[in-house]
Amino acid sequence: MSAPLNLLALLGRTTLAALSGVGALVLFAGHAMLLLLRPPYGPRLFLRHFAEIAYFSLPVVALTALFTGMVLALQTYTGFARFNAESAVASVVVLSVTRELGPVITGLIVAGRIGAAMAAEIGTMRVTDQIDALRTLSTDPMKYLVAPRLLAGLLALPLLVVVANLLGVFGGYLVGTMKLGFAGEAYLRNSWDVLEAIDVISGLAKASVFGFLITLMGCWYGYNSQGGAQGVGQATTKAVVAASILILASDYVLTEAFFAQ
Amino acid sequence: MSETPKIRLRGLSKSFGEKVVLEGVDLDVRARHSMVLLGGSGSGKSVLVKCILGLIPPDSGTVEIDGQDVRRLSGRDRAALLDRIGMLFQNGALFDSLPVWENVCFKLLAQKRITRRGARDAAAEALAQVGLAASVGELSPAELSGGMQKRVALARAIAARPDIIFFDEPTTGLDPIMGAVIDGLIVDCVERLGATAFSITHDMASARRIGDDAAMIHKGRIVWSGSAETLGRTGNAMADQFANGEREGPIQMELRR
Repeated sequence: MSAPLNLLALLGRTTLAALSGVGALVLFAGHAMLLLLRPPYGPRLFLRHFAEIAYFSLPVVALTALFTGMVLALQTYTGFARFNAESAVASVVVLSVTRELGPVITGLIVAGRIGAAMAAEIGTMRVTDQIDALRTLSTDPMKYLVAPRLLAGLLALPLLVVVANLLGVFGGYLVGTMKLGFAGEAYLRNSWDVLEAIDVISGLAKASVFGFLITLMGCWYGYNSQGGAQGVGQATTKAVVAASILILASDYVLTEAFFAQ
Repeated sequence: MSETPKIRLRGLSKSFGEKVVLEGVDLDVRARHSMVLLGGSGSGKSVLVKCILGLIPPDSGTVEIDGQDVRRLSGRDRAALLDRIGMLFQNGALFDSLPVWENVCFKLLAQKRITRRGARDAAAEALAQVGLAASVGELSPAELSGGMQKRVALARAIAARPDIIFFDEPTTGLDPIMGAVIDGLIVDCVERLGATAFSITHDMASARRIGDDAAMIHKGRIVWSGSAETLGRTGNAMADQFANGEREGPIQMELRR
């Protein structure tokens, strides 16, 4: 076969493999979501994963959001001062945090913390026959391992983002009032006046989507991991990388959907 | 043999890409007897068991349990069939995230045949049958030695009182004394339950202790089957070479130089 045809064949194979992979992932997610509707329900499992995501991620999300808000206020002030627009600091901080930084930073942190842990745990279960053992113990692994994690991700991320939003704005407030000389009341009034419901709602909707994508990537790569420790390591890396990319890509799509004129 | 075999395999084949793992396997396992499948590493033993359990779909052939073709069963009937089967995995496959008592009673809890409160007592009973104290139930699998993990896995396999139990290399990784202990427990449990046992192993001492019948698989084919008592003097060159651990014979290890 000639070189151009070889290239074409390679392109075709790669495209088909990619489409097949996406199809399998969609079926995987759809199957897990359908299982959520089918009894028996597992509140105990759901609560365990919900606590793992929402409660145990709280300290790192809170700290990151606080410092992000502080840095944002400082940078905004430095930049806007060139145009005598320092008064916009509170508005920029509150809009940036609620619309973008709260959900995206929370998503990326949870992807690193929870996505990796899920891929590693499920991947280890795969390579040590624990998933096969579930089948022999009258338990559907998709229902036991995947479905409750997806639901937990879907519901826990918005809660974390509420906290991240509050602390991000608070970080901006701290720097604004203690370092940049804004009056506390004026800073808060500026923040409140500029904020609209859609800013918060869009951020929470993004958080839900990000939570779903993070847990989906963790479960997908863990569930399909092969080999021993190396395979589990690769699954973990892929889960975090894929979740991070999907968070950023879906963030753009959702921003377009919510705010494009 | 007039009685319907508990498990009947006919023409079972499985390949992974170019690699042929099972090639037309025919095998019968008698009800309430213990069958031991022998074979070297990579001979297809574990894949065969996974095909019987439906964990891996075979490419062709039939798997019959109690005369029913497993592959033709509906999802619900297949699940009901799996409910009657216990499995002890090679490395135990205990769930790290659960305490021992919950591992042992996992199937009973999943089937809602028992409450969580009652599960601790049921686990203690199952643990006693494998010679472990009830206090072990409160530990996590990571806190157990290899032998204890095998015993807990055995307790989990028998807790739901299955009528077929599969054992995947039950003594691998254990010292000879612990191996003998596990074999003894397997024989006791299988007898007490009146179950049919199907074990795969390459440990000849274990095979002789737990097997009524034996078969030898090599390169994806059953090359010999007969009484486990005759192992080592079957008259089949491959089975005898394997059972006696001889270097020279029809089975040649593929070594790269």
